[in-house]
Amino acid sequence: MKSFLRVAWLVMRKDLRVESRSREMLYTTLFFSASCVLVFSFAFVREGRPVEGAAAGILWIAVAFSGTLALARAFERERQHDVLRGLLLAPIDRPAIFVGKLLGIVLLMVVVELVVVPAIALLFRAPFFAHPFLMATLLGTGTIGFAAVGTLFAAMLIRTQSRAVLLPILLYPMTVPVLIAGVGGTVALLQPEANLALAKFWLAMLVFLDVTYLTLALWTFEPVMTE
Amino acid sequence: MNQRVFTALLVVGVSMFVFAPFMIAWAPYESTMGLVQKIFYFHVPSWFVMFLAVFICGIASGIYLLKEKPAADRLAVASAELAVLFGLMGLVTGPLWARKAWGVWWQWDARLTLALILEMIFCSYLLLRQYGGPGSEKLAAGLAIFGMANVPFVYISVNMWRTVHPTTNVVPTLGPGMFGAFWWCVGAYLVLFLVMLAARIRLEKQLAQVEELHLALETD
Repeated sequence: MKSFLRVAWLVMRKDLRVESRSREMLYTTLFFSASCVLVFSFAFVREGRPVEGAAAGILWIAVAFSGTLALARAFERERQHDVLRGLLLAPIDRPAIFVGKLLGIVLLMVVVELVVVPAIALLFRAPFFAHPFLMATLLGTGTIGFAAVGTLFAAMLIRTQSRAVLLPILLYPMTVPVLIAGVGGTVALLQPEANLALAKFWLAMLVFLDVTYLTLALWTFEPVMTE
Repeated sequence: MNQRVFTALLVVGVSMFVFAPFMIAWAPYESTMGLVQKIFYFHVPSWFVMFLAVFICGIASGIYLLKEKPAADRLAVASAELAVLFGLMGLVTGPLWARKAWGVWWQWDARLTLALILEMIFCSYLLLRQYGGPGSEKLAAGLAIFGMANVPFVYISVNMWRTVHPTTNVVPTLGPGMFGAFWWCVGAYLVLFLVMLAARIRLEKQLAQVEELHLALETD
């Protein structure tokens, strides 16, 4: 168990170190998420004012789209210089590679959310910070669920043709339950008198989905990565 | 499946479908919906067969991932295609019924949403296999396992959440007139599914043989 976590940590550290040198993924994903929010702020307007209740959906869509982009970029890097083959040849637990990459992706998505949430709160006048702890937990569990499926699929598709379009095609239907639960919980929190019980219900659903997806991903990562 | 069994099943299936409209016409009217309810005899069997196809695909995919048997992969792709087909039938018959029974073509309740997601997951399976290039069989197998995990939720969703869709209590409590017609249609759909599955697997096997011959020719 200890070596499993150590391997995951090493993989994540490698990713962070490579990223820290160019910061390409960070800047491009952040800018993309900001552009996304900008497009939505023009799309969801009625009589010159933001549409009520669109903020929750916009937040999760921005997270999903930025996440997809980040996933595609993260594994593109692995493809170059055959890094993934090197990792697979190492005498380590393969699921540990998955967890390491997952942690890197989650970290990037969290950074994106740190920028996107205040931006949407500002542009759509949404009270995201009314219940900060619950909101953060919802976002966190949703991100983990999305990233778990995404990391698995992106790793799977690394040598596939048309992988750029196939990743969203495979990813979005599978992560719709996470989005439904995330948006449901966020909407419950954004109401004038926040419905905390409903938000907690959706949070429980997210936790359940996370456990399911993580378990399935850990099981299937090894067989699909053998060539 | 040998040729004789296949032909026999085909004849049985066709006869069952020819006779099905009579059984449906003889079945009693449901109290609130009347004639409109009778689409139930095609709608529910479509989804039964779709769930069966998804399970078969998921299990075959699991076997393929673990044991790498080509036969398991052929079974997986055949049942995935049929899952999409029968799911499409279910997704068409459902709204046709809903328009009359609920007044709307579609509702975003739990069951309909999850069923649509299931259908889309298997559409994406087919897209991956078609456009993913070599080596996409294993990846698609991983996807199918995730898809299979979705099915129990679709089934129990109507019991867990209050939705407009009828609950799973309907089928076990069917009256005598409806019972016969319903299970006849289920049988007809199952036979149809088996026939199509056998034909598709045979096609896939032949494609594999052609591929092998091609390679043998090239390497000589």
